[in-house]
Amino acid sequence: MEVSRHEHDVLIIGSGGAGLRAAIEASAGGASVALVCKSLLGKAHTVMAEGGIAAALANVDERDRWEIHFADTMRGGQYLSNWKMAEIHAKESPGRVRELEEWGAVFDRTKDGKILQRNFGGHAHPRLAHVGDRTGLEMIRTLQDHGVHQGFDDYQECTVTRLLKDGERVVGAFGYDRESGNFRVFQAGAVILATGGLGRAFKITSNSWECTGDGHSLGYHAGADLIDMEFIQFHPTGMVWPPSVRGILVTEGVRGEGGALTNSEGRRFMYDDIPPLYVNQTADTPEEGWRYVTGDRDARRPAELLTRDHVARCIVREVKEGRGSPHGGVFLDISWIKEKIPNGAEHIKRKLPAMYHQFKALADIDITEEPMEVGPTTHYVMGGLRVDPDTQMCTVPGLFAAGECAAGLHGANRLGGNSLSDLLVFGQRAGKYAAAYANEHGRGTLEEAQIEEARKEALAPLERQDQTDGAGPYAVQFELQDMMQEKVGIVREEGTLSEAVEEIAALSRRADLTGVTGDRKFNPGWHTALDLRHLLTNSEACARAALERKESRGAHSRVDFPDKDKEWGGFTVVLKRGSDGNMEVRRDALPPIREDLQKIIEEHG
Amino acid sequence: MATATLEIWRGDATGGEFKEYTTELTEGMVVLDAIHQVQAEQAHDLAVRWNCKAGKCGSCSAEVNGQPKLMCMTRMGDLPTDRPITVEPMKAFPLVKDLVTDVSWNDEVKKRIKPFKPRPPDFEDGSWEMHQSDIDRVQEFRKCIECYLCQDVCHVLREHHMHDEFIGPRFLVYNAALEMHPLDTEDRREDLRKSQGIGLCNITKCCTTVCPEGITITDNAIIPLKERVVDQAYDPVRKLIQLVTGR
Repeated sequence: MEVSRHEHDVLIIGSGGAGLRAAIEASAGGASVALVCKSLLGKAHTVMAEGGIAAALANVDERDRWEIHFADTMRGGQYLSNWKMAEIHAKESPGRVRELEEWGAVFDRTKDGKILQRNFGGHAHPRLAHVGDRTGLEMIRTLQDHGVHQGFDDYQECTVTRLLKDGERVVGAFGYDRESGNFRVFQAGAVILATGGLGRAFKITSNSWECTGDGHSLGYHAGADLIDMEFIQFHPTGMVWPPSVRGILVTEGVRGEGGALTNSEGRRFMYDDIPPLYVNQTADTPEEGWRYVTGDRDARRPAELLTRDHVARCIVREVKEGRGSPHGGVFLDISWIKEKIPNGAEHIKRKLPAMYHQFKALADIDITEEPMEVGPTTHYVMGGLRVDPDTQMCTVPGLFAAGECAAGLHGANRLGGNSLSDLLVFGQRAGKYAAAYANEHGRGTLEEAQIEEARKEALAPLERQDQTDGAGPYAVQFELQDMMQEKVGIVREEGTLSEAVEEIAALSRRADLTGVTGDRKFNPGWHTALDLRHLLTNSEACARAALERKESRGAHSRVDFPDKDKEWGGFTVVLKRGSDGNMEVRRDALPPIREDLQKIIEEHG
Repeated sequence: MATATLEIWRGDATGGEFKEYTTELTEGMVVLDAIHQVQAEQAHDLAVRWNCKAGKCGSCSAEVNGQPKLMCMTRMGDLPTDRPITVEPMKAFPLVKDLVTDVSWNDEVKKRIKPFKPRPPDFEDGSWEMHQSDIDRVQEFRKCIECYLCQDVCHVLREHHMHDEFIGPRFLVYNAALEMHPLDTEDRREDLRKSQGIGLCNITKCCTTVCPEGITITDNAIIPLKERVVDQAYDPVRKLIQLVTGR
C-alpha cells in the first residue's frame, strides 16, 4: 500500500481565500509550507463569492471608519461576536484589500480613480470593494497567481481524513489523493484548518460538494472546541426555479444596487417589519431607500438591506402566509430601476453581469425585464472552531483555524461582505502565527499506530460488504440533507430538534454499513462515504447547539422560544468531544467587552 | 416521466468505451445534473469534477455531443432528444478517469509567465489612481474562470500536441491581462515570441467561440498582443537605433 510522506513547517488544509492568504504569509516568513487543496487550486468555494469585500476604506463615503465597521459587525452578530476579533477585522481589512491591489487585483473604480465600494446589508456606509458580481473570483485568482510564485508546495485534489497528534499537540494529517487513491502523511510543526463551510449538510444550499465541514469535524475529533454551531446563515436570496438550480446564490449586490423584494400582491413587504435594533438606520419608504442607493447622504438604507437572518425570515413568512411566488419564493426585481435611471438595462448588465448571465442561461429570465424568483438557501456557518482572536490557534496546541471553519467574528449572524475580509485578515494572521509556532516548537513525532488506524478507517468503505441494498453513501447523504433541511432549518423547535439528534445517530449507524463499488482511483462514491463522517459530526453539532439555545437570536430561530433572551446574550454554546467519544454540550459566559469598544457601540448604535 | 439517454465515456488512460445510461429528466435540468443522477443511482464511481454548479469555477468542462462545454451551464432541454447525448472528457489533456483529465500542464505554464510587477504606489496608503476606462479591457480578461475549454478546442494543442512550444489561448489572455494592466511594469513580449509561441496561433477564433465567459479572446487579447510583439521585434526605427548605438 503506497503511503507517501511529506515534512513541512506549516501544513494548511484548504486552499480558498483563507488558506491561500495563510500560505502566502507563512511562506513570506521563510517557513516550508504545504497547501492541501480538496479540489484543483483556484476552484475553492471562495470563487463563488459575489458581492464584495467589506473594508472601511472610506472611498465612497469619507465618514466611514473602522469604528463604524466594528459597530456594524457587532450589531449584525447580535452582540455574540468575539469583540476582539471584530476589532482586529475592522482595523486590518482596509490594508488587506489594498494589498490585493498590489498583487494585481483590478477592482471597479470610483470617478476619482479609487477602489469603488457598494452598499450591503447591515453596513452603515458603502463599504464593499468589488468587481461587478464576481469579487470572489477576482480575490482567489489574485491570491493564486501571486501565491504560485511564493514557493509553497500545493497538493491538489487531496482530502485529509484525520489529524495526527503527539500527545495533546496536533503534528500532522493523513489524507488521500483523489486521482490515484494513494495515501499521504503530512508531518508539520503547525497545522492550519481553512476548509470553509458545511452547507452540504442541507438540501438547499449555495455550497459546492466540497463544503462538508471537514475542518470543523477534523478539529472536533482532535479535541478542539466548536462554538456557535446553532448559527447557520440562510441567505435570503437563492434561486428557486427551475428545480435543478434551487439554492444557487443570487448576490445581495442585487439589493445593494436597488433591487426590490415584493410578494404576490406586489408589496415591498420588507417595509412592514423593521426590527427595533435597526429602526433608526432604515428608510421609512421605498422612495427614501432609493435615494440612499443613489448616494443621498441624508437618506437611510432600504429595508431590503436589513440583515440576512431577518430578510430570510420575512421571506419564509410571506410564503407561509400565501403571498409567495409561483414556485415557493418571493420576487426580487432589479428591472424597476429602469424607471429611475437612463440606460437602466445596460447599468444592470454592467453591475450584475454574472446574475444576468445566470438567470438567462439557467432560468430563461432576463433580469433587466422581469423579476427573479428567490428564496432562502443555506449559505454560511457562523459557528466553528474556537480560536484565539490574535493568533487563530484553536483550543488544541499546534492547531490553527481561519475563515469559515473558525468561529467568533460573526456571532449570531454574519454581514454580507464580512466573509471575504475575514478570510484575508485572519488567514494572514493564522499564517503568521502558525509559522512562528512551528519555528518555536519544531516538528512533533508521528505515531505509527495513528497512521495505521487512519489508513484502515479510510479503506473501510471499500473493503466492507455493502448492507444497504446497493443504495450506498449517496442515499445516506440525501436522507441527511432532507432531514437537516426540515428539522434544523430556518425555523426550529424542541421536538423536531430532538428527533434530528436521534436520526443523525441512526444515519451514522447506516453510514457504517454502506460499501462502495469500484477501486480507489478517482472514485466519488468512496469520497462521498468518507465525507459523510464529517457531515454527520457537524449535523450533530448544529442540532445539539440549536437544542441548547432556548431563545431566538440572529440566524437561530425557535418557534418555542420566539424572543431574544437577555441572559442568553451572555453565553456561547460549546461542543467538545468527551472522553467516551460522545458530544458534550456546555455554555460558556462571554468575556465582558472592553470599555472603549463598548463606547464605540453606544456611539454608533 | 420523460427520460434521456446519455452515452458517457468510461475508462482511463489504458482504454475505455462509451456506456449508455438512461435517466429521468426534470425541468431546467443541466447535463451536470444528469451526470450526478447517473452517479448517485447507477454508477457510484463515475468520475467527474464540479464545484459551483453556476458557471463560476470552471471545473466541469467536458465535450457534450462533441462540443466543449461547461456541463453545469448546458441545459438538457437545449440538446436534441432523438438520439443519445454523448458526454466525454476534454481531448487536449491526458485522461485520468471517465470525465476527469489531468490539467496540471496549465499550472506549469502559468508559473513560467512573469508575474505582475506594479509601479510604486501613487499614494502614501499604498494605493494607486486607476480609472474605470483604463481597466475595462483588463477586467474582461480577468473574467476567465480557467475552465480550459479554449485550450481544449485549440488545434495547436488538440491536434498538433505542441504543448512544449505553445501556451494556448488561456495563457495568451493571462499575458494580455498583465501586459495591459495599467500598473504593470514588466515586459513579457520576448517570452511570448520565443518560448510561448504566440506566432503559432493562426487566429481561427475557435477559442473565442467556446469561451463560456464570452471573452473575445482572439480580437481583444491575442491580436493586440501579436501586434505588440511584432512592434518590439521588428520595429524598423528601433532596429536603426540599435544599429547606430550598438544597443
